[in-house]
Amino acid sequence: MAVQLELLKRILYFSNLNLAELESVIKVVSEKTADRAEMISLEGESAENLCFVASGVVKVFKTSAEGKEQILSIVRPGESFNDIPIFDGGPNPVSVQAMSPVLLYKIKKNDMEAILRNHPQIALNVIQVLARRVRDLVSLVENLSFRHVISRVAKILLEHIGGEMDRKPRLTQQEMAAMAGTVREVVGRSLKALEEEGAIKLDRHRIIITDKEALTKIMEVSS
Amino acid sequence: MAEVPILDTGKCNGCGLCAGVCHLNVLAIVDKIVIIVETVECDWCTDCEAVCPTGAISCPFEIVLQEP
Repeated sequence: MAVQLELLKRILYFSNLNLAELESVIKVVSEKTADRAEMISLEGESAENLCFVASGVVKVFKTSAEGKEQILSIVRPGESFNDIPIFDGGPNPVSVQAMSPVLLYKIKKNDMEAILRNHPQIALNVIQVLARRVRDLVSLVENLSFRHVISRVAKILLEHIGGEMDRKPRLTQQEMAAMAGTVREVVGRSLKALEEEGAIKLDRHRIIITDKEALTKIMEVSS
Repeated sequence: MAEVPILDTGKCNGCGLCAGVCHLNVLAIVDKIVIIVETVECDWCTDCEAVCPTGAISCPFEIVLQEP
């Protein structure tokens, strides 16, 4: 399948390019497809290609020694991954997995270096994209004081227990994150951790508090 | 009827990312708008909510105390 100019134009690195510049990029782009749940890159491995999502969604994550997953970002069409190992030459600090069937555009490391040397506008676009990503990661680091958050999430659950006689509004993970001063992904991990500790049970759309006393103790723990 | 995600079709831009990530095919894009396929049971993984770029999908939780 030929790389589509229209899809390439939507990639942030290649925004505001003229036709000649886009055509010189197309020459070095190859395609790859991946199925849902397919692992695309593994943490610790070297990377040969800078990748862009043309369609579908991938997640970028790290895995702890205990096997816990921390999602760092969700990469949607137009966005890139493998930037870090391509630009600094080190091993990939993250893993990447397809969340849906995906179409990826790939550029080899040497070709990307040549593109950056020959097209200053692309270099400026890359700097802007990476600066925004650093800003997002700084925000995530701020929010990842995990013990604080799990106590705050426990408090939110205890304050929002509903029942037949006392209907409380349902809460999305995003709403819980806003209340807890964190991000959605950390709330998701907190809920899983609370389930592992036996304080709650996740049953589809319901969070069942199975041990109110334990949840209250978790709420009262200060960091 | 099984619980399904709440859709705000006014915010939906028809990108289809939600339908792409749904491993149970609960969601589909018809006429550039997301719809629920009623016959399929959602397991509330919330991946659709996570990937939606416009906030058109929400998966709110009901918080209840276990009955003794």
